Amino acid sequence: MPKKGTKSSKGTGSEPKEQERRQKKLPEHLELQRTRVVCKFDGPVNTEGFQYGGAFSAMGIDNSVSVDKFCKDFKVEIKRLTEDDVEFDMIGIDASVANAFRRILIAEVPTMAIEKVLIADNSSVIADEVLAHRLGLIPLDADPRLFEYISENDAPNERNTIVYKLHVSCKKGSPRLTVKSGDLEWLPEGSQLPLASPAQSRDKKKTYTSFSQSQKDILEKPLGVKLKDITIARLGPGQAIELEVHAVKGIGKVHAKWSPVATAWYRMLPEVVLSEEFKGDDAEELVKKCPVNVFDIEDLGNGEKRAFVAKPRACTLCRQCVTGPSGEHVHLRRVRDHFIFTIESTGALPPETLFTEAVRILEEKCERVISELS
Amino acid sequence: MEHGSVTDSTSSTFSIMEEDHTLANSVRFVLNQDPRVAFCGYSIPHPADNKINIRVQTTGDPAKDVLKDSLQDLMVMCQHVRGTFDTAVTDFRQNNPTGMDIDVNKKVA
Repeated sequence: MPKKGTKSSKGTGSEPKEQERRQKKLPEHLELQRTRVVCKFDGPVNTEGFQYGGAFSAMGIDNSVSVDKFCKDFKVEIKRLTEDDVEFDMIGIDASVANAFRRILIAEVPTMAIEKVLIADNSSVIADEVLAHRLGLIPLDADPRLFEYISENDAPNERNTIVYKLHVSCKKGSPRLTVKSGDLEWLPEGSQLPLASPAQSRDKKKTYTSFSQSQKDILEKPLGVKLKDITIARLGPGQAIELEVHAVKGIGKVHAKWSPVATAWYRMLPEVVLSEEFKGDDAEELVKKCPVNVFDIEDLGNGEKRAFVAKPRACTLCRQCVTGPSGEHVHLRRVRDHFIFTIESTGALPPETLFTEAVRILEEKCERVISELS
Repeated sequence: MEHGSVTDSTSSTFSIMEEDHTLANSVRFVLNQDPRVAFCGYSIPHPADNKINIRVQTTGDPAKDVLKDSLQDLMVMCQHVRGTFDTAVTDFRQNNPTGMDIDVNKKVA
């Protein structure tokens, strides 16, 4: 068993040893098991990989990923970056850490969402609780990093609550009216609904929030909703909705409305290898078999045609190509440490910020446990 | 909270409240890379409890120190991931100055 000293985390003395270690290579079949998940016709094999860093220590080969090695080999390649989604490749990271990022993105990156709905009037056909639920799911255009969490005993103030009002009615005799999320109006001064208790009817009317200053003074840009065309309700002639909503900060673990992503997912990079040449009709057949056009035909000159793997990234692992008699010459694999990560933001934060926030949250978790241990 | 380390500091179980697979599985991965670790694993004793148990057995060093080092390593890895990602985003923006135009997206949607 190698001792701590061989871990190249500190000092440069162990570098020659490290190089020597790298030069020694695993036998091909073990290297394949270590770095690839092989997808056979009836299911994937070698899904587990070699977890333990000293798995090949008897052969003098280091299987561990020291921090130095990780920092040297880790790569990120952005493939697509738009206002609301990002796709990037993360290379050289273990599934456990990639999955931690994904889990945090979905459940632990905070956002603002509507939590309380104070209904003054609702004569629409939608029941109050259904209306409240619909309102809760509307993505708000508010940076959660500028706000604090509100706890049960806290009074709602300008630092932890955003107030919107919705005031719509459909006049008698007019056609039906669709209420959209854009009708929500931000109230930077806080609630406008007076508290019911008559005892506090002194100089200033008490409302449901206690803002000490306008949110316009704290925030750089006005708040609103991200998408203005979400249908909230439809009103018939003579119906009206009058309500006020309070949005607070929360995380997706508590309720999905606080999840900052529509989805966040990753897949391992597919690798398709042809162990034998596919020529002529076989090539045509192979190209036709694949529904996502992974294969293509190249001209070898003198009328000969050969199939080659053109777009392995498009492979969905439908395994059509490994069926049939020629299937044994097609090998479907997935690269174990290459993740194609996609994040679709709901809008509160741009997708690239979401990812950095998620990584920061994992760091904070570590920090918390370290401080608890000491 | 640390259990089972009264007589033997080289093997213990750590109970961590308010955590789940997110942290436990990542830490287990990092622990597995440490040559001082003879065995490690984690469990969630009950799905309704917000609690994880991480078992660490070492070849001689105190399990607590090894776990702390692993957490430290994970933090360094995270910082590196963040740094690399930020540079990648900046590079991508520079190479694609117009990139995907926001208005184009709106029309698609």
